[in-house]
Amino acid sequence: MKLLDQTRQLLRRDQVFEFLKPEINPDLDVSHRTLLYMEGVSVSFDGFKAINDLNLYIDAGELRCIIGPNGAGKTTLMDIITGRTRPDTGSVWFGQVINLLKLSEPEIANAGIGRKFQKPTVFENHSVFDNLELAMAADKRVWPTLLARLTAEQADHIDQVLETVGLLEQRQRPARVLSHGQKQWLEIGMLLVQRPRLLLVDEPVTGMTHQEMDRTAELLTSLAGEHTVVVVEHDMEFVRSIARKVTVLHQGSVLAEGGMDAVQANPRVIEVYLGEAGSC
Amino acid sequence: MILTRLLRDDRGGQILLGSLLILAVLAPVLNLALPPDHPLYLSTYTLTLLGKYLCYALLAVAVDLVWGYLGILSLGHGAFFALGGYAMGMYLMRQIGERGVYGNPELPDFMVFLNWPELPWYWWGFDQFGFALLMVVLVPGLLAFVFGWFAFRSRVTGVYLSIITQALTYALMLAFFRNEMGFGGNNGLTDFKDLLGFDLQADGTRVALFLASALALALGYLACRALVLSKLGRVAMAIRDAEERTRFTGYRVDRVMLWIFTFSAVLAGIAGALYVPQVGIINPGEFSPLFSIEIVIWVAVGGRATLYGAVAGALLVNYAKTWFTGALPEVWLYALGALFVLVTLFLPQGIAGLGRGLGSWGGRWRRGEARP
Repeated sequence: MKLLDQTRQLLRRDQVFEFLKPEINPDLDVSHRTLLYMEGVSVSFDGFKAINDLNLYIDAGELRCIIGPNGAGKTTLMDIITGRTRPDTGSVWFGQVINLLKLSEPEIANAGIGRKFQKPTVFENHSVFDNLELAMAADKRVWPTLLARLTAEQADHIDQVLETVGLLEQRQRPARVLSHGQKQWLEIGMLLVQRPRLLLVDEPVTGMTHQEMDRTAELLTSLAGEHTVVVVEHDMEFVRSIARKVTVLHQGSVLAEGGMDAVQANPRVIEVYLGEAGSC
Repeated sequence: MILTRLLRDDRGGQILLGSLLILAVLAPVLNLALPPDHPLYLSTYTLTLLGKYLCYALLAVAVDLVWGYLGILSLGHGAFFALGGYAMGMYLMRQIGERGVYGNPELPDFMVFLNWPELPWYWWGFDQFGFALLMVVLVPGLLAFVFGWFAFRSRVTGVYLSIITQALTYALMLAFFRNEMGFGGNNGLTDFKDLLGFDLQADGTRVALFLASALALALGYLACRALVLSKLGRVAMAIRDAEERTRFTGYRVDRVMLWIFTFSAVLAGIAGALYVPQVGIINPGEFSPLFSIEIVIWVAVGGRATLYGAVAGALLVNYAKTWFTGALPEVWLYALGALFVLVTLFLPQGIAGLGRGLGSWGGRWRRGEARP
């Protein structure tokens, strides 16, 4: 009789089996204001501790700058958030319900985290428009992609983003002919069409002229609020121009956190930077 | 309408499909309607040779799809071609029936020779044409799928992947050389009599096979073209140019690679299946790494990432091969090597690049801008 009961249980039509439930909860829960939690995260490469017991909390809608001397673990931090590197210990949560350590890179991207690389990486042989079309939020599995057709609404959205990043004129040109600064903006545009909640921007102004830097600062500040933006940057002047809250990383953990002026006055920060480069 | 959409902005493809159509009308007429002593008569030998080239061209298109558009340099596509060929060969073997040398109605000659008591299980079903066709598609497809599943999931790329594909075809060659495998050992499968009841030596059958090859090439070309123009095709090129970026954009790179690689293997298998009845033999030589490398040379000579270039390259190199192995057999491999080096040095975009260059130069010349 037990077997019969079990069979009956198996055939109940109202139940959803555990393995059929989607692993990613599509509804990002930020009811406690915090978008990204990183707690007790450590990672080491061949004995070198790149990240050492790091705690970091990013609020929804905030614009956060992360600074730190070379080798402080800034890029490793981004790698952990985007799933490229798995930490040895610690937990990383996106909102209350999404455990980032269980997701692959594409899943994390589709969950709403966009990343801009240190070196601008765009699809060189595609037109600027195509770059954005490929990046745009959509069903990115193989068959839907094969059959995908661009709707007028989506095309409008792309044009809107092109306008935001100031590349409307370059719409049909191949991405490889863009200047360095334009490539950086295109990459930011590619993040925007993904409609991410969290934008990770790695050294956006390296190699930019002053005018380009100002435009980028304007762009990033305008994005904060609707999106949450985390900027990793070396250029102190640029950080000062956009930062509301700054986190200083040193040897893989958080050294100081707060407003730009408070951080700069912090004796430990001064010590680290004077020891490194003598400037801040 | 689909045709115009696919071939818009594709001058090479228009020329290719146009010539295929002319060839498909002209060649059968010249072969069947004219008497053998007529000056325009096309011999059945030449017709079959052309059909063979068309199969190679389809194989080259399959390789160009994964190499040119996805960035996977496969040095083992000969394996998929050969597997498709073996599937067709097994059907043709079963069609021989009791007309074999030993007159055994149940077993192919080589099995009688090896004293096998009965047909091995993996030969079951190959007396049905439909089943054989299914295997032509399934066997290469499945092998590519399983191989790709492991390779792409572990993110094996670049030169390592090329070496593994090379090892794959080499391993298969060694396996098929063994008599115990039950595929005829180093002699392979040959001495075919008929296909679907039609005599393979008859002119009519040869013409039909030629037409089938032309049709397969045209359809294969259009399918690849449709794939390349789709969003998936642009994702493939994105993977080729910036794999990491594509992954962080949210695409499952391994899945995209897996499906396109499998599709390409299926095309190669179909090419092999059409090739075997025309040449009348399939043996493990088709698995040799050298053959797979030769395919890559065809594509390089024709021009990567154009599809029609692959066709041009396959036809040109194979015509050269036929000519050289007839006139100067000992020179052929040197000529092939020299061709590859020269093309790499002076025509990095192959014949297709040369055609495009001449086209734009011609345009400027007509407008009076070009200098001699």
